[in-house]
Amino acid sequence: MTSEAIADSKPRLSVAGLWKVFGPKAASIIGTPDADLPRPELLERTGCVAAVKDVSFDVAPGEVFVVMGLSGSGKSTLVRCLTRLIEPTAGSVRLDGSDVAAMSTRELMAVRRNEVAMVFQHFGLLPHRQVLDNVAFGLEIRGEGKEKRYKRSREIIDLVGLKGYENHYPDQLSGGMQQRVGLARALAVDPKVLLFDEPFSALDPLIRRDMQNEVIRLQDDLKTTMVFITHDLSEALKLGDRILIMRDGEVVQIGTPAEVIAAPADDYVKDFVSEIPRSHVLTLKWVMRPQRPDDSLEGPEMDINTIIRNAAQAALASAHPVKVIENGQLVGIVDDEAILRSVVAEEEVSA
Amino acid sequence: MTAVVTRQPETEPPEPQRTEWPRGSNLRALMSGRRNSVLLLGVLVAWVIVGTIMHGTHTLEIGGADQIGIQNWLGDRANDIQLASSQNFFIQVTHGISDGLNSLILWLQHLISTPAFPRPYPHVGFLGVVVIAWLFTAITAGWRMSILTVACFLAFALLGFWEESMDLLIVTLLAVAISVIVGIPMAILMARNKTARAIVTPVLDVMQTLPSFTYLLPLSLLFEIGPAAAVICTVIYSLPPVMRIASHGLLNVNPATVEATNSMGQTSWQRLRKVDLPMAKRTIIVGINQTTMAALSMATIAAFINGPGLGQPVVRALNALRVGDAFVPGLCIVLMAIMMDRVTTAASQHSENLARGQARNIAELRGRLLIAGAVITTVCVYLGANYTWAAKPPSSSAGTWLANRVQEVIDWISKHWSGATSTISDKFTTIFLNKVEYVVAGSPWFVTGAAILAIAFLLGGRRAFIAALVCVAGLRWLGLWNGAMVTLTATLVATVFVMILAVVFGVWMGRSPRADQVIRPFLDAGQTLPPFVYLIPTLALFGPTRFTAIVAAVAYAAPAAIKIVADGIKAVSATTVEAAESAGALRIQIITKVQIPMARSAFTVAANQGLLYVLSMVVIGGLVGAGALGYDVVAGFKQLPLQGRGLAAGFSIVLLGVMLDRITTYTAQRGAKKAVES
Ligand SMILES: Nc1ncnc2c1ncn2[C@@H]1O[C@H](COP(=O)(O)OP(=O)(O)OP(=O)(O)O)[C@@H](O)[C@H]1O
Ligand SMILES: [Mg+2]
Repeated sequence: MTSEAIADSKPRLSVAGLWKVFGPKAASIIGTPDADLPRPELLERTGCVAAVKDVSFDVAPGEVFVVMGLSGSGKSTLVRCLTRLIEPTAGSVRLDGSDVAAMSTRELMAVRRNEVAMVFQHFGLLPHRQVLDNVAFGLEIRGEGKEKRYKRSREIIDLVGLKGYENHYPDQLSGGMQQRVGLARALAVDPKVLLFDEPFSALDPLIRRDMQNEVIRLQDDLKTTMVFITHDLSEALKLGDRILIMRDGEVVQIGTPAEVIAAPADDYVKDFVSEIPRSHVLTLKWVMRPQRPDDSLEGPEMDINTIIRNAAQAALASAHPVKVIENGQLVGIVDDEAILRSVVAEEEVSA
Repeated sequence: MTAVVTRQPETEPPEPQRTEWPRGSNLRALMSGRRNSVLLLGVLVAWVIVGTIMHGTHTLEIGGADQIGIQNWLGDRANDIQLASSQNFFIQVTHGISDGLNSLILWLQHLISTPAFPRPYPHVGFLGVVVIAWLFTAITAGWRMSILTVACFLAFALLGFWEESMDLLIVTLLAVAISVIVGIPMAILMARNKTARAIVTPVLDVMQTLPSFTYLLPLSLLFEIGPAAAVICTVIYSLPPVMRIASHGLLNVNPATVEATNSMGQTSWQRLRKVDLPMAKRTIIVGINQTTMAALSMATIAAFINGPGLGQPVVRALNALRVGDAFVPGLCIVLMAIMMDRVTTAASQHSENLARGQARNIAELRGRLLIAGAVITTVCVYLGANYTWAAKPPSSSAGTWLANRVQEVIDWISKHWSGATSTISDKFTTIFLNKVEYVVAGSPWFVTGAAILAIAFLLGGRRAFIAALVCVAGLRWLGLWNGAMVTLTATLVATVFVMILAVVFGVWMGRSPRADQVIRPFLDAGQTLPPFVYLIPTLALFGPTRFTAIVAAVAYAAPAAIKIVADGIKAVSATTVEAAESAGALRIQIITKVQIPMARSAFTVAANQGLLYVLSMVVIGGLVGAGALGYDVVAGFKQLPLQGRGLAAGFSIVLLGVMLDRITTYTAQRGAKKAVES
């Protein structure tokens, strides 16, 4: 989904001015100059930790919205505030327009049971229940009959590729399979929004890649809205339609993967993205230059959204520079030098 | 450390002196520790010198049948309670409770233990009881355990103690049932509510330091001597373990799971039923196991207040000093303890196996099993109600035969060995016990009191001093100072031996997994036995003396202390030991300079537990010649005029227990704090 399409539709999830301060008299800090203090000083002066500071963002229906940041930047706290597993100190969380932060316990329970489901880093499965009953848990506490919930759970177990493991216990499964159970448990309630808190951090790299592909496949099928927490940039780039970067509880930048890489908001983000092979992520848009009169127009035409790496071979093979096209119009030129620069630059980085 | 070690040139042999542990940073702690030791030694020397000079004065000794001051007052209050039972509302309530409990117990007895007039047998009869026990254990703990149970039940009958065994079973299981019904909701409340936890935990702490003996007299005043008071004492004694362990289990349910299930919108009730209780189930069953063992040990001791069961023949025989007669019911108690421990332990594993094995079809299978069980039970009960052969427990002369053989052995021992055993006993008493008693109980009360306060202060700091001050003042006030000091002497002497055993065996087990594997089952078994059981063989060997009580106390307390030390030594991290080894430390250096200092807190905890176990046993030893406070408590049950003195003795025991517990606890906390600071 492109960012324009996202901006057009009504947001599924809309977070505005969200704060979470841990500590004594947390609420009284917001709005005072203390709130702007860096974390160590705030802690010293007031004994409080501002884990989430004035965070606002919208997530469109069907979008995969990634939140990333270093350890301690407040990602877990943020995502838990969305369904009030941690009670926010201030701000609003609108789900299809209704404010979760202001709901009664009963309404909140209904949201948790029907609308939003979550997948956790440490799985949180019930060790005394078989896979089937773990997956059916959400339906069970919602009060659905045995037959119905088992039928639904079996479908979901098939969907996440665990067919045949229905009657296993969690401790008989590998970590990756356990997380598939966690995913199935969340999917079984057919939620409008799926929240993930570093779901794959505890898995080894190969399994992690499998699971990421699984999420992409499910997303293609189900078009669920997702908020995905990670501290792994390549995971963020792979899954995210847009990425929110946090530092010490604050939003540093929100943008598409390409925007974040090509135009980092500050040195913190630049540091983050410096390891990433730009040519794998950036499109021609970010390396083209305006057309000059002496440019040859014999070269190949390419769409502005072509990834540099995919354009490189054809571009270098041709003796003429590439013409960049957007909506049928020539919008710029990419010559061999620009392509080489983006490829070589990252080799310097990785060397 | 490792870094330093690896930098040493390989050609040079490592110098053992390098491994002085603990090192420089601990120096300050070490220095202050050394100063304390010197002061402590000074206090002891002063105590001995002043005590010797003033020996025999102000010892506050009172005659065996005298009752003074506060004791008379307590006796009057006890009389008031008994006389006022028709007017005082509170007493009416307690008597109402005991009446209700008594009729419940009587009904149960008619069901399984005593003849239900006009029948010559109880309603359910022998066959019915055995079959029900067999089915119940088969379902809850597996078929192996059901065989053990049946074998034990047969043994109760064949040894001639069927009725007493069933009575003990009734008192124990009724108390366990009440403890579980009260304790598990309390545990849930404690796990969920911080305030409740903060209020209840110290109460449980105090309940667990009280020796079982001290509950008996006050409760028998409120609830009248008899089965009901026995059950109530047993409940009070056995309630703490299940509450403590179950709340611990509920509090420690994996938080990731709780959060994940919360995120799905479960209610608090759903969380309890579907997450907390199933996940804490095994821990809760461990708590029930501990509660059952505590209940069994208290239920036997409750024989002193006419609690029905196997404790009665043991008490009778011990009172008459006829060891042979005590042996067979003692053996039945041991069988009962093994059976209950094994069954409840197996139940915890079995519940898991059951749930895992055939989880999906278990429901219908269990349904069928239940129906089959109900049919078999009905048939057996019917047979028992109509045919003598099914109602009457099988009898044999095995019990009498065994008692006679044991008596013969004991007679033989006392004939041929009495020289040896009484020499040991006499030598120990004159060389060691009397010397300590000379100082502790023979010094003027203010000298001993001051010495206790000084020691408390040096070991445990201000808080220990205050606790000791309160307890010493209380002991003085209760007027049984001399008896308390005699009991204290026995307790301290026995604890010294417990600690010697704990260090020797604990260090050995901590260092050698093989030794641990071999010794631990014996310690576990030893811990399940009610204290009574220990008196029987020691009495056979050493006759009715103070020494007997001390030996029994050492045997009773040693298993717990040894296990604590062994676990402490084992917990010293393997890498620290490895680092010391690679630095060239000799084995003895590793033990004395690494493992023992690092496991120091384990030693204080072992001493704490050792003291409390020893105290509770030394008091029971009053029955077999240890005299002092324990004897006063027993006399209080038996002779109405001495009730006040008995009550005072009970409170004195409580004060001794609290004092020893507080001093050792604060000492341990101080040690831990120092270790952190340095
Ligand atoms: N219950 C709490 N009480 C006090 N402070 C807290 C609490 N939970 C989190 N914090 C603080 O809030 C800050 C943000 O924590 P959070 O767990 O949200 O970080 P994170 O970005 O998820 O880190 P990680 O990548 O390690 O999971 C941290 O400084 C943490 O110490
Ligand atoms: Mg986190």
